Amino acid sequence: MNKIDNLIKMANDISNFFNADPDKELAADGVAKHIMRGWEPRMRHDIINHYQQGGSGLSDLAKMAIAKLSEQAKV
Amino acid sequence: MSINKEQDFGTPASAASQTVALEIDGFTVTAPVGTSIMRAAASIGIDIPKLCATDSIEPFGSCRLCVVQIEGGRGMPASCTTPVAEGLKVCTQNPRLADVRRGIMELYISDHPLDCLTCSANGDCELQDMAGAVGLREVRYNPVETHLQAVKDESNPYFSFDPSKCIVCSRCVRACEETQGTFALTLDGRGFDSKVSPSQNQAFMDSECVSCGACVQACPTATLMEKSVIDHGQPEHAIVTTCAYCGVGCSFRAEMKGEQVIRMVPHKDGKANHGHSCVKGRFAFGYATHKDRITKPMIRASIKDAWQEVSWEEAINHAASEFNRIQAKYGKDSIGGITSSRCTNEETYLVQKLIRAGFGNNNVDTCARVCHSPTGYGLKQTFGESSGTQDFDSVMQSDVIMVIGANPTDGHPVFGSMMKKRLRQGAKLIVIDPREIDLVSNSPHIKADFHLKLRPSTNVAVINALAHVVITENLADDAFALERCDVASFEKWKTFIAQDYHSPENSEAITGVPAADIRAAARLYATANNGAIYYGLGVTEHSQGSTMVIGIANLAMATGNLGRDGVGVNPLRGQNNVQGSCDMGSFPHEYPGYRHVSDSDTRNLFQQAWQAELSPEPGLRIPNMFDAAMDKTFLGLYVEGEDIAQSDPDTQHVLAALRAMECVVVQDIFLNETAKFAHVFLPGASFLEKNGTFTNAERRISPVRKVMTPLAGYQDWEVTQMLSNAMGYPMNYSHPSEIMAEIASLTPSFQGVSYEKIDELGSIQWPCNEQTPSGTPIMHRETFMRDNGKGLFMLTEFVPTAERTNQKFPLILTTGRILSQYNVGAQTRRTANNAWHSEDRLEIHPHDAEDRGLKTGDWAGIKSRAGETVLRALISERVQPGVVYTTFHFPESGANVITTDNSDWATNCPEYKVTAVQVSKVSQPSEWQQEYHKFSENQLELLEQGMANG
Repeated sequence: MNKIDNLIKMANDISNFFNADPDKELAADGVAKHIMRGWEPRMRHDIINHYQQGGSGLSDLAKMAIAKLSEQAKV
Repeated sequence: MSINKEQDFGTPASAASQTVALEIDGFTVTAPVGTSIMRAAASIGIDIPKLCATDSIEPFGSCRLCVVQIEGGRGMPASCTTPVAEGLKVCTQNPRLADVRRGIMELYISDHPLDCLTCSANGDCELQDMAGAVGLREVRYNPVETHLQAVKDESNPYFSFDPSKCIVCSRCVRACEETQGTFALTLDGRGFDSKVSPSQNQAFMDSECVSCGACVQACPTATLMEKSVIDHGQPEHAIVTTCAYCGVGCSFRAEMKGEQVIRMVPHKDGKANHGHSCVKGRFAFGYATHKDRITKPMIRASIKDAWQEVSWEEAINHAASEFNRIQAKYGKDSIGGITSSRCTNEETYLVQKLIRAGFGNNNVDTCARVCHSPTGYGLKQTFGESSGTQDFDSVMQSDVIMVIGANPTDGHPVFGSMMKKRLRQGAKLIVIDPREIDLVSNSPHIKADFHLKLRPSTNVAVINALAHVVITENLADDAFALERCDVASFEKWKTFIAQDYHSPENSEAITGVPAADIRAAARLYATANNGAIYYGLGVTEHSQGSTMVIGIANLAMATGNLGRDGVGVNPLRGQNNVQGSCDMGSFPHEYPGYRHVSDSDTRNLFQQAWQAELSPEPGLRIPNMFDAAMDKTFLGLYVEGEDIAQSDPDTQHVLAALRAMECVVVQDIFLNETAKFAHVFLPGASFLEKNGTFTNAERRISPVRKVMTPLAGYQDWEVTQMLSNAMGYPMNYSHPSEIMAEIASLTPSFQGVSYEKIDELGSIQWPCNEQTPSGTPIMHRETFMRDNGKGLFMLTEFVPTAERTNQKFPLILTTGRILSQYNVGAQTRRTANNAWHSEDRLEIHPHDAEDRGLKTGDWAGIKSRAGETVLRALISERVQPGVVYTTFHFPESGANVITTDNSDWATNCPEYKVTAVQVSKVSQPSEWQQEYHKFSENQLELLEQGMANG
């Protein structure tokens, strides 16, 4: 599996856990926090970059979360 | 220094709190109710002669050598079986007793070889001691028939059995039963024909014996004797240290002759093992001086080159200059390191310090990544601390024991024996495992009440179904949950778990476990006075490993099974220092004590102490390092004591990543598989050659003590220090105790830990601080460790693994361990333990085997989406149809060639336990195996060339 596919899979796997929360805003916060606290900056950069290019392959929740990370990265 | 033999009190201690006072030989003694007269006497220095009694097993009263007289009492009772009582007046020595004892000894000696001077037990023989104690001066009997010609059993590689020296005291038989719980030995025959018999008069190696050594330890003569003692004679001094095998962390006396280990004897005062051992810790220490040990540093420019032996200075400078070069060219994040669970806390701490402060990044990870990282995550989230909740002794208070994805009798055998003892006392057992482990029905006097034989990968569905029953049948301990846990999270979780789709009936199609069994097991656990959960890698090594750990924590909190003896959530850690290596900040996002690198207060603390600027960003995990290597952004790796080339999943990806790196530095005692891809080899020290500490699965910090000079000249912490200094980040420790002092000063849970205190107490369970100066055997007694003190329930949706069976890959491969081998086998494969397990085999159900025309011993080709390997088949009903199983102790097996890159969502712990495969009958090893064999042979030639040139 190439690097970006692996990152997409990782983001989707994380989202699958937090998706149990009926409050999707909370769930997206959980995913974003998990990525922020666990992923090395190059990995975060790559997934944000992928998201900004359309986020193909990312689940809806993963996209919500990475949108939040993308906003944080701008700050 | 001396051998300092441990005192034998004759019978076990009584746990009673009430005491009585009595008089023994005119001295007043106070002893707990239930204490034997023999033990009470020993406690004040009066040694009553004995042969069949020893304090590791219950009294038997057969030899009668320990008889005493009690004022006002009749006859001469055995002091080992007679309990103390208030006001007793006991006489242990008088002419009448002396006559009886001499008579007994005369009978014993009449059928015993008189070869004391050449006997291997000379100097350590209780029979000899007793002959002296009773004043035996002659043997008047001239028996017509004796046992003196009985034939020795030399079948066991580590000890011999010489029945001619046996006095039939039954200590070995009872040790096998009571201490080990295997019941391999019996007293066969009656009267003169009585003899100790392994199984049904079989040789030891043909019997059920697991070679734990309990019988050898218990034997009062030379009947059962370590072959190392027979070969080298009695040891002359002993040093207490800690075993370097599994996460039980047994305390051992290394009994020495000069710098040679003669034998490893389990330490009676060891709080993890209480004087018991397994075949690995007790006997399999020979690897430490194996001819394969590499004791000279080596370098080479390319892995195609021969190694070149160089001085320590040259090797260290070369490694440092290469790392500096790579960082200068590719940036400071282009290098990193891996710590080991086989190294000490102090060594691990130094490696992560070197990486964070010296390398200037957080690219540090550890082998816990591939085993218990989900434990760290799941228990930190729910309980607030990344550790198990109990001490091992807690299991003796459990009424219901749930074992999930663990095989304690193989993986953690000494604790397994303790658990078996509790089960024989009547505790109930629930096993959740796709495979029939020994505890299910293959251990004497033990039978699981429920074996929930689930399909691999469906753990979360099972734990949810159990929790569903607890909530919907009103079995929860609401008072506990409402008082001790975050109430909002509890209510949310209850709503989630009560949904009908979690019910056992609806889960059955997923898990394969009958709903009625799930319901009954849930009721049993939830209604127990004390319900305890023990789990292993069968929980963690899944794509939902962390979810399952959280699910276990939810269940324990919901039923109130936390915060006291007999309950808890207990991860059984695989390696000796998994807990410690995690505690010491080996993960890329956490400092020692599990504090996130982004936390500025913590980071400032370390920056100040280490005098270095530290990165606030998490570093790369091991699999991310491999990906980055393939991406040419991670090119230098320092690996201390790990063998990622063998132990990590998707071998071909790992090897490609290693080949892509420009400088791989391996510090190890052997040229392991990873070292075959290295450019610098720094010879490591075995656990016998270093000082430090290990932390076991119950958070117990135990001493590791140097018993011999490091073969390569340095302890591992010294090597890391040299590398750090060469890279320009100064370290100046003169002893590991100074490193521990630094750890304690920077880590709240270790605040009260010091070498002085470890020496004083023997071992310490963290947290150890001002509030708990002697440590903490049971955690979360009053509050949880989370910031608000409340346990957190989390939602655990079952998400099927991406690894699916289909027509092409119809079987699920799952992996595990075996008693005699350890992890990647680097240690145990270099011992006589190969006598039990000389190759990894593929267990396959008879139906699946028949479909494929496979018989035991045939080559079985195993093909997954990741690769292909070949193992010998072993037909077994332990696995269910559709599931195959193997171990991973031999590199040539290539078990990880077929495992995939699926991993736990939270931690990237690989999904070793679930790989879809096809199995077929083949005629030779796989192409990969053949190629790897050639590569490996070539690397050994390059090693030999280097050594010859050196």
